Amino acid sequence: MALSKKTKEAFLGPLNVNNPILVQILGICSALAVTVQLKPALVMGISVTIIVALSNVVVSLIRNSIPARIRIIIQLVVVAALVTIVSEVLKAFAYDVAMQLSVYLGLIITNCILMGRLEAFAMSNNVVDSLLDGLGNGFGYAWILVVVAFVRELFGAGTLLGYQIIPQSWYVANGGFYENCGMMLMPAMALILVGCIIWAHRAINDKEAK
Amino acid sequence: MEHALSLFVRSIFADNMIFAFFLGMCSYLAVSKDVKTAAGLGVAVVFVQTITLPVNYLLQVYVLDPLNLGYLSFILFIAVIAAIVQLVEMVVEKFSPSLYNALGIFLPLIAVNCAIMGGSLFMQQRVLLDPENVKAIANIGDAFAFAIGSGLGWMLAIVALAGIREKMEYNDVPKPLQGIGITFITVGLMALAFMCFSGLNI
Repeated sequence: MALSKKTKEAFLGPLNVNNPILVQILGICSALAVTVQLKPALVMGISVTIIVALSNVVVSLIRNSIPARIRIIIQLVVVAALVTIVSEVLKAFAYDVAMQLSVYLGLIITNCILMGRLEAFAMSNNVVDSLLDGLGNGFGYAWILVVVAFVRELFGAGTLLGYQIIPQSWYVANGGFYENCGMMLMPAMALILVGCIIWAHRAINDKEAK
Repeated sequence: MEHALSLFVRSIFADNMIFAFFLGMCSYLAVSKDVKTAAGLGVAVVFVQTITLPVNYLLQVYVLDPLNLGYLSFILFIAVIAAIVQLVEMVVEKFSPSLYNALGIFLPLIAVNCAIMGGSLFMQQRVLLDPENVKAIANIGDAFAFAIGSGLGWMLAIVALAGIREKMEYNDVPKPLQGIGITFITVGLMALAFMCFSGLNI
């Protein structure tokens, strides 16, 4: 399949070089709040990917008939409608995860990634590019969430996706040497972890740039 | 009255929008480079929060709940916020040009600030709580107390971070960590400090 350079860039850029969280610093609120466990983080990542991709497509389809003055409200309504659909679907099929995500599911509406991509990309590009840009940004967002949640759940609770990973016999309570790091479950550690990921990301990318 | 007061204090410290819930992070990190601008945005957030949250409270209690339209709340809340921000912008521009000059550039930003939308969504959850619960919002007075408290908490956080970042200009930070990286870690440490408030039962 022959894709133009720009099309490829729209999808691959956000995964690393132009990552929405690490480089553009968008969509931080939800990224930090849902990463105590891996499962809600995965669901959140998938939900955001679907919503960014679909809202990019919708706005790109109607971009020529949106009056410039009220474009923000139109974009918000498109996003709010999609978020409502996703949240109703989650409540129907994955009720416990929807409850864990609580207000952060509704807050996808005000996730800056969405408004940022709609304003910066979908308003001025065709449908296929917008779809790829949406998917790229969604995945770029999701992988950070998964990395942070992986570290926090593994070290904070000794589990992954709810399954015990650290053997029970290692724990001090059972005569072992290991204890969970309760710090990891606190909100503050999410910030510090993302800070460290940004550090590593910049260090590696700067080296490549040289 | 006592309940509203404790709700007010809790929402500034223990349930701080930034340090406990990470709401409004994007503008928090982007606009905290100097104290003056940070304070401007903080005032704008308090202002808009104090107007939108009670309005959304009335809508939730008198329109959405009786008609069983809960699933429309996202669209309704964001429409109310966007409309009120637009309205506030026009009113302020007309009646107080000096305030408009101070707040003007921030107002459009606030329509998509998660702290505002998040405040309304928390309100929606807390309306359902048992009135004895310290977090419950049982009447319009509580809604005001929560709105002003959470707005002030956000403002406190952004002004504090801006002060720290101004001092940090002179520090020798490793190059890849400079700018946004060290800011994240600073906010993390501030969040740790703020956590001692949640140990207090007010």
